[in-house]
Amino acid sequence: MTRSDKAATNAADAAPRAGAQTGATRAASAMDADTAASMARRARRSDHVATGVLAVLVGVVCLLTVAMVVYILASGGTKMLDWSFLTSNPSDGGIGPEIFNSFYLLFLTLLISLPLSLGAAIFLTQYAPSGPVTTCIKTIIEVLSSLPSIVVGLFGFLVFVIKFGWQFSIIAGACALTMFNLPIMVRVIQQALEAVPRGQRDAGLAMGLTRWETTIHVLIPSAIPAIVTGVILSAGRVFGEAAALIYTAGQSAPAIDFTNFDITSASCPWNVFRPAETLAVHIWKLNSESVVTDAAAISAGTAAFLVACILVFNILARIIGRALEKKVTAA
Amino acid sequence: MSSASNVTSESPGTPTAVGQAVEPAAGASGSGPKPGRGSSDAGLRAQGVAPKRRVEVRGKVLTGACVAVVAALVVALIVMICGQGVQTFTKDGVPFSKFLFGTAWNPTRTDADGVPYVGALPMIAGSFSVTLLSCLFALPFALGSSIFVVEVAPRFGTRIFRPVTEVLVGIPSVVFGMIGLYVIVPLIRSIVGGTGYGIMSASIVLAVMILPTVTSLSIDAIASVPESYREGSLGLGCTRWQTIVHVVLPSALPGILTAIVLGMTRAFGEALAVQMVIGSGGASVMPTSLFKAATTLTSVITMNIGNQAQGTLYYDALWSLAMVLLVMSLLFILIVRLIGRKGSVKND
Repeated sequence: MTRSDKAATNAADAAPRAGAQTGATRAASAMDADTAASMARRARRSDHVATGVLAVLVGVVCLLTVAMVVYILASGGTKMLDWSFLTSNPSDGGIGPEIFNSFYLLFLTLLISLPLSLGAAIFLTQYAPSGPVTTCIKTIIEVLSSLPSIVVGLFGFLVFVIKFGWQFSIIAGACALTMFNLPIMVRVIQQALEAVPRGQRDAGLAMGLTRWETTIHVLIPSAIPAIVTGVILSAGRVFGEAAALIYTAGQSAPAIDFTNFDITSASCPWNVFRPAETLAVHIWKLNSESVVTDAAAISAGTAAFLVACILVFNILARIIGRALEKKVTAA
Repeated sequence: MSSASNVTSESPGTPTAVGQAVEPAAGASGSGPKPGRGSSDAGLRAQGVAPKRRVEVRGKVLTGACVAVVAALVVALIVMICGQGVQTFTKDGVPFSKFLFGTAWNPTRTDADGVPYVGALPMIAGSFSVTLLSCLFALPFALGSSIFVVEVAPRFGTRIFRPVTEVLVGIPSVVFGMIGLYVIVPLIRSIVGGTGYGIMSASIVLAVMILPTVTSLSIDAIASVPESYREGSLGLGCTRWQTIVHVVLPSALPGILTAIVLGMTRAFGEALAVQMVIGSGGASVMPTSLFKAATTLTSVITMNIGNQAQGTLYYDALWSLAMVLLVMSLLFILIVRLIGRKGSVKND
């Protein structure tokens, strides 16, 4: 299709939608020249005004975000940089166990959800036959992604904590977080796999590789940068999640002892059946039912540390994604 | 499910036993074709295609199992929460209408007829108020920014605005709640008086929380309007603003509506940030003012479910609230689906 052809179709496409304008233009042509000119001037002025208003709205959003981050980091910054605050127990006003719990929980969650979502995404992009079953599965994943996290937490409470008898434990929390994280990861990996040029897949298949081999040896390696970026970004969300955890991983952080390797002991950091409060839960607990005197200062420090971690995740996702991208395209 | 057809397609007689040929047969079934495998495998190996076939089937079963686990989890979630939620009506014998339309919530006491006070209407009203208000606050900013970064300054959009919204998305909800508690609540208190807690504070906090969701989905919707529509309108002599109002926005409407509904879904289900600033310590009465302590479904569940013994009426009633929450989010998804269908018909 030539350029002028295209333009003609474009105009035809837009004509019914821009009905008001076409009418206006036609009317204007019949009118006095100065009326038309004043109309055009008015249109131009409202265009300028609207652009200005839009710019202000955008400016407010950007400023708001920056102000919030600065506020969080400023109000808790000094506390956050205090080494004893980061290492001591909650009973001494510190957040040491919470920091470890958050990272351990994140690690376990990724350990469970990464293979599951990778498998599900591969099935949905490579194997899923187009039909009612696939539509149903896609709907189910959509449902999961828009469920409130408190509902996921309640389900975890009902099943993992009560039915399975795990009590408030890290493993129950990791399972609940997996449910929270799955839809995001599946979507991210699915998009990454779909973004691989179709030619690469076809080439693999044409060489006599099976779909599975093509996926493992061709698609996943070239989708890796996008997958890694997406996983790190979703890790940030998991890291800050609290509603799904207050009734699964619990709201208490017993002191942990890194020299204790008895995996059944409550103070062994690696014991997955001990209750574990995370940073986000700690903030909530301090602000909603705390009896600690300097709750405001502690929660500000915790929030600053939490947000700093998430910002680092964001930056890491970008840097690693770009580095991998370079490596993949260069190779 | 289709294990019978699997076996037939694996029989030695099938000559085209390479990768693709298996697909229609194996389908979504997670069950491997165990019976009769040995003999057919031997036949295939003789033809030199067995390993490939095996690899393919294994991959399909493995990934299919992942999907099955995810699906089973979601189904289990819906079934179990509803199963727990209906106990108020089946085991405790509370009439459903009293639950849904009752305006008094105090499950430890009973009224004159011996029916406990488990009216959920105050919480439902509270949840809807914060949801609608927060959308109202967020919408101008979300829509304005998305129009700006798509139509006016795309480079600014990708360079600066997108990273900014990504940061906003990343901020945990408890941190939003905390900022609300230390900034918004005192602000409202100094302007309006009272405690500062209430629907207004919660709506403002929620508006900021759903802003990135609504914005990024609106950006997608506006960006997916074909360039030709804009060129056509501009070619007719319309200004950019006229093009936006009369051409771009109407075409992007289904996508923008989806963005709004998904924002509402998030606002409706948000628990901790709301609970921190809405002042849910008080009793659940119908909300009468934007500036008085109120309750939402999520805030009542969050505050109480840990304190009630299992099997009591109070506990069951809280699960009924959770069921309402679940049903509402399913309804929101249904709305999104309907909008999507209508939108795709319109754009075809």
